[in-house]
Amino acid sequence: MSETVQTTTLTAAAPPGYRRRWRQLDKTVFLWLLLVGVLMLLVINPLARLLLSSVQDGDTGALTLQNYLTAYGRWRYLEALVNSLVLGVAVGALGTVFGVPMAWAVSRTDMPGKGLVWAAILGTFIVPSYLGAVAWILLAGPNAGWLNRLYIWLTGAEAGPFNIYSMSGLVLVVAAYSFPYMFVFTRSALDLISSEMEDAAHTLGAGVLRTTLRVTLPLILPAIMGAFIIEFLEAIALFGVPAFIALPGRFQVMTTMLWQFFEFPPKVEVAAAYAMPLLAITVLLFWLQRKIIARKGYVALTGKGGERRLLPLGRWRWAMLAYCLFVTSLSFFLPMLVILQAAFSKAWGRGFSFDNLTFRHVRFVLFEQSATQAATIHTFVYGATASVIALALALCIAYIVQRRLVPFGNALAFLATAPFVIPGIVLAIGFYAAYTKPPLVLYGTAWILILAFATRFLPIAYANSDAAIRSLNPELEDAVRILGGSRLMAMRRVVAPLLKRGLAGGFILVFIPATRELSSAIFLYTTGTQVLSVLLFDKSDEGNFEILSSIGLILVLGTVALVLAGFRLVGRDFMLRRDTAA
Amino acid sequence: MSKLVLRNVSRRFGEVTAVNDFTLALEEGEFVSLLGPSGCGKTTTLRMIAGFLDPTAGTIEMDGEVISSPAGSLPPEKRKMSMIFQSYAIWPNMTVAENVGFGLEVRRLARPEIRSKVDHILDVVQMKALGDRYPAELSGGQQQRVALARAIVVQPAVLLLDEPLSNLDANLREEMRFEIRRLHDEFRITTVYVTHDQSEAMVTSDRIAVMNQGRIEQVDGPRALYARPRTRFVAGFIGRTNFLDGEVRGEEVVFDGFAIKIGQFADPVARGGPVSFSLRPQSIHLHRGLPAAVPGATVIPGRVVQRAYLGEHWDYAVGVKESGVELRVTARPHEVFEVDQEVWLEVDPRQMAHIQ
Repeated sequence: MSETVQTTTLTAAAPPGYRRRWRQLDKTVFLWLLLVGVLMLLVINPLARLLLSSVQDGDTGALTLQNYLTAYGRWRYLEALVNSLVLGVAVGALGTVFGVPMAWAVSRTDMPGKGLVWAAILGTFIVPSYLGAVAWILLAGPNAGWLNRLYIWLTGAEAGPFNIYSMSGLVLVVAAYSFPYMFVFTRSALDLISSEMEDAAHTLGAGVLRTTLRVTLPLILPAIMGAFIIEFLEAIALFGVPAFIALPGRFQVMTTMLWQFFEFPPKVEVAAAYAMPLLAITVLLFWLQRKIIARKGYVALTGKGGERRLLPLGRWRWAMLAYCLFVTSLSFFLPMLVILQAAFSKAWGRGFSFDNLTFRHVRFVLFEQSATQAATIHTFVYGATASVIALALALCIAYIVQRRLVPFGNALAFLATAPFVIPGIVLAIGFYAAYTKPPLVLYGTAWILILAFATRFLPIAYANSDAAIRSLNPELEDAVRILGGSRLMAMRRVVAPLLKRGLAGGFILVFIPATRELSSAIFLYTTGTQVLSVLLFDKSDEGNFEILSSIGLILVLGTVALVLAGFRLVGRDFMLRRDTAA
Repeated sequence: MSKLVLRNVSRRFGEVTAVNDFTLALEEGEFVSLLGPSGCGKTTTLRMIAGFLDPTAGTIEMDGEVISSPAGSLPPEKRKMSMIFQSYAIWPNMTVAENVGFGLEVRRLARPEIRSKVDHILDVVQMKALGDRYPAELSGGQQQRVALARAIVVQPAVLLLDEPLSNLDANLREEMRFEIRRLHDEFRITTVYVTHDQSEAMVTSDRIAVMNQGRIEQVDGPRALYARPRTRFVAGFIGRTNFLDGEVRGEEVVFDGFAIKIGQFADPVARGGPVSFSLRPQSIHLHRGLPAAVPGATVIPGRVVQRAYLGEHWDYAVGVKESGVELRVTARPHEVFEVDQEVWLEVDPRQMAHIQ
């Protein structure tokens, strides 16, 4: 019946104007408005409030530049900024030294034990970097650290040479947990260079070394530079590792400085002003990274590049494997060893022996202490909720952008990917500035954490949703509609069932970082809404490393379970693929 | 009353006009093909009929009611049509029977009725045993049959097909052409078929609309279209042909090297000015010596320039004596001529189509 009504309105000369317009108005406009509203709440408002706060007087609200003068008026504050830049560059450099040879060895040579190296790098992804910092305190803390004790035992010296509470210590730990980016980027680039390109150089008389330097290296240079920038940005935005290492070492970086601005009474306006360079550097460098990757020379790497042969290394292949295992020992094997030892020890300093073995701490953390129990539940509930929100939002946006349902869809896509260039700590300050005061007070509730996590990882969710929807032929939906089904029915009966698997993978990729997020959580939690990462940080003051390690272990095991689920659902390489790892 | 009418339909995408002033009426139960090279606007036209696109000018009417206009259109799900897509668009998450039964389910038929209709149509397309399979387990041709069954079982007001055979291999394509025509003869559904393949259109259609650059060039039955193309584009696009350009002088049309009396042509010819004709290679006969006079025919002396043996026939290029004109001639396998041999070309002017 409805179609006869509709056709008569179409043919009839003058139906009531507003009613006809309503009938012909594309209802997806409302969805569009709703999504814009949500993105305002999650992305635009926090950023706008952050900018506004930085030029406002905290008490009167008048416009002022005083916050910037306060934030940069002291040498101590400036020094932290310089330290951050030094840290970033050093991490990028060390990450290159770690990651590039490993990528080359795995991609282009006949090195043995590639599976082991691959597993160790995946392990490195799984260990949260702040837990790595805890492990390195056990390994290279002055005097008591395992490496120092080993040195004293071997040489008979008075004291060990290692002190993790230093800039070089900080660089080592941060680099150990960000070099996988370099590895993944470089390997992807190497995987696309065909042996024929190198053969062409060989036939012209160039040796292996010369070919590598003149042909291979220039081809992967954009990837290396891109990864360098990512590592730099990761390093300057990181809060956890500097908080564990720089603060006891009595030096500051920008993120720890920001945190101190928040100690009671919180100076939000000063923090906002102080965060501006961090935001500016990040936006600028991401833009630069895009430019580098998009450069002309990179075109050679876009196709699948023919046949590839593995370079025989001869005796050197064992040396190469040793190097790979050395690097992954720094990031994975040694840290996990000492974390496990500490978690199951009566006192970690008593070493590896059976009479030191106990399950007391793990049991205490899991079953006896209400704070850790609550935090464990919070971690997974908040993480799961944030992932669902991020994924639902990303899916809606990706769908209407791909199917061109509304004008200006690209604006939505831009907003959904924008949080990628906002450091977590900056986003957290924005959320704090936006939602501690009326009209919308979220601070003190779990929602501020959940929404901040959802926003922070929205770009990952978007990248996944976008790829998933791209893989769907729109004709599958057209077929539903021409047979009489609505758009909604097409979503329910065809799109949703077909995207299930892909979206499960996307869910896990958001869930994993959401369960271990520290840098935004640390600014937004309150006593009732602690998560494990925050708890771990809080407990570090007590110096009880057995408890710290036990908490860390729960986090790692939770992540491992998720990763295994991801393997089953999506396939073995889902975490190390370049598009998602970046 | 016509079943489906497209009245001065145009569709612009920004600066590009994909479909330009398209007018066509389909009778109930008629099978019409839209034939043209890629980018000629045929798929755009089909998607406008389906309701996936709105026209930017003109209207589309079904059973006398406007269903598409620039002011607004009936959505696809309300049109009671069905469509077969280039990719088949078989839902991979449903079995064959579920795919085919989907449209009936949307129409709220009772379960037993759905089952019997699905069984029947699967029988018709020779897929009866495969109802419980998933699409991934089917061959391309079988997927095609599922798509056909799914579109036909709902007994649509209009059936739309968008290049449905383009993903099949050559043998299967030939088989499916006849299958589509057979199903049309059985169910008599008003059908619009989009293709760039002339033989597909010739086999299946009652009428063919040849499209070029968004416009209709000619609408005719397959035989008329081949024998009497009205534009240079149609003559060149449907089969191979020779173009002959001449000029009307008095009672004759003068070509390069020969002339033909105006009265001998079947098509009316304007008095004076340049004219063009299309002459199919099959409409020319070659003779060794001057043939006995055939009433109405014209005989022209020539020389074989080039030849190719294609098994089913010979392909000759013959130069008309004392002119630059070279004609393509198709001859039966036993009609053998050597290169450089002097021959006589016998042309029937009634088979020459006057083109714009």
